[in-house]
Amino acid sequence: MSVVIQNTGKVLQRYGYLFLDGVKYTLLLSVITVFFGSILGSLLCMARKARIMPLRWIATAYVELIRGTPVLLQLYFFYFLLPEVLPFLDDKFLCISIALVFNSAAYVSEIIRAGIQAVDRGQTEAARSLGMGGGQTMLRIILPQAVKNILPALCNEFVMVIKETSLASTFFIGDLMTQYRVISGALYLVIEPLLVAGAIYFILTFTLSKCIAALERRLKAGD
Amino acid sequence: MTDHNHTGNAGIGEPLIVVEGLRKNFGKLEVLRGINETVRRGEVVAVIGPSGSGKSTFLRCLNMLEQPDAGRVIFQGVEITKPGVDVNLHRQRIGMVFQLFNIFPHLTVLQNIMIAPSLVRKLPKAEAERQAQALLERVGLQDKRDEHPSRLSGGQKQRLAIVRALAMEPDVMLFDEPTSALDPEMVREVLDVIKDLVRGGMTSVIVTHEMGFAREISSRVLFIDEGLIEESGAPQEVFGNPKSQRAREFLSKVLY
Repeated sequence: MSVVIQNTGKVLQRYGYLFLDGVKYTLLLSVITVFFGSILGSLLCMARKARIMPLRWIATAYVELIRGTPVLLQLYFFYFLLPEVLPFLDDKFLCISIALVFNSAAYVSEIIRAGIQAVDRGQTEAARSLGMGGGQTMLRIILPQAVKNILPALCNEFVMVIKETSLASTFFIGDLMTQYRVISGALYLVIEPLLVAGAIYFILTFTLSKCIAALERRLKAGD
Repeated sequence: MTDHNHTGNAGIGEPLIVVEGLRKNFGKLEVLRGINETVRRGEVVAVIGPSGSGKSTFLRCLNMLEQPDAGRVIFQGVEITKPGVDVNLHRQRIGMVFQLFNIFPHLTVLQNIMIAPSLVRKLPKAEAERQAQALLERVGLQDKRDEHPSRLSGGQKQRLAIVRALAMEPDVMLFDEPTSALDPEMVREVLDVIKDLVRGGMTSVIVTHEMGFAREISSRVLFIDEGLIEESGAPQEVFGNPKSQRAREFLSKVLY
């Protein structure tokens, strides 16, 4: 046991900067994923409510497909497909980012849909009975209320994505888990760098979860 | 003269809402089975009947919150059930008050009233605010203008809902069991507001279980049962001497 503690200290001392580097990439990848995932997810959600039927079908099929296949498979798919179809996309960090964005968008669209659905139907009826149009009702009555449901769920998605980005290490793109592989290979140590990486992941997600809980309390208090 | 017939001095005027052969199904359930009815300007129509008889659905078809399966609703000469008709335009002239108030919880009391006139009628902000202020004073809520609705009692919420609808200056008001969700001690304050309104000549259709109230303020009573209008007449007739067996049965159960 004492050996493990000793080695962990050594790992931190010698390769602490690499872990920091990994945190940077992990967070960068997560922020990119959630930010663009939210935009794409909103569009997807709109498409699923669109009057044009084929648009609806495509969007629904897309969401089901993404949710029904493993993330790792999707990462492979985009990693190999994107540079083939669009040769200027030969940066692997970019390809993986795009893959994660496409993945997250499906989940975000579900989050938004659920958040909108949770707003009482009576709100729509009241707004429409006053002569407000569908767009006005959505923008001025439903969405402001749905945000309270959506925002905490979106932050939870962020926590999920932080963990999912570890899969990107399969392609060595510099995230925290990639750094683990580098360090573990250099030191011939398996457990110790894993403990460090795990602790860092946990600190990231735990802090974020606590922030979400606080945010939820504040949103509730505003009711 | 006691408290009968408060349709104001305007009297009964031209038809505002004409309903022809209205049918509505929910799945296999036939909720409305062919309703024909005319509401004229100045009328106060109380709609009574057992639970599940289709009263609320009938009311909700009048402003197309419910899409009828057959039949026509003609509002001020325009068939609003026709596809392609801009129903938003007509809903502006038809106010509605819901059983569960449906106040907008993210807006203040004042904003609840102002939002539709500002957005839909494009009323300038100052004017919308002046109008909202006057409406709040009318129902005694002027002290609450900047509160959030969560701070209001049920009765206050419903009074707010009524003036929110009035802010669009509608030609007719639809009330869908406006006191059914209220604590008993708050029923009167809401009924008083409605009474004031119809005394001022507002054409109204009121679905209600408050029989005493219906009898007192309505100019006509509709008894709906199993999706059909079983009986229609002056309150004294329907309550005092119901013609149909079903109305007699219903009234014997609810009148105390």
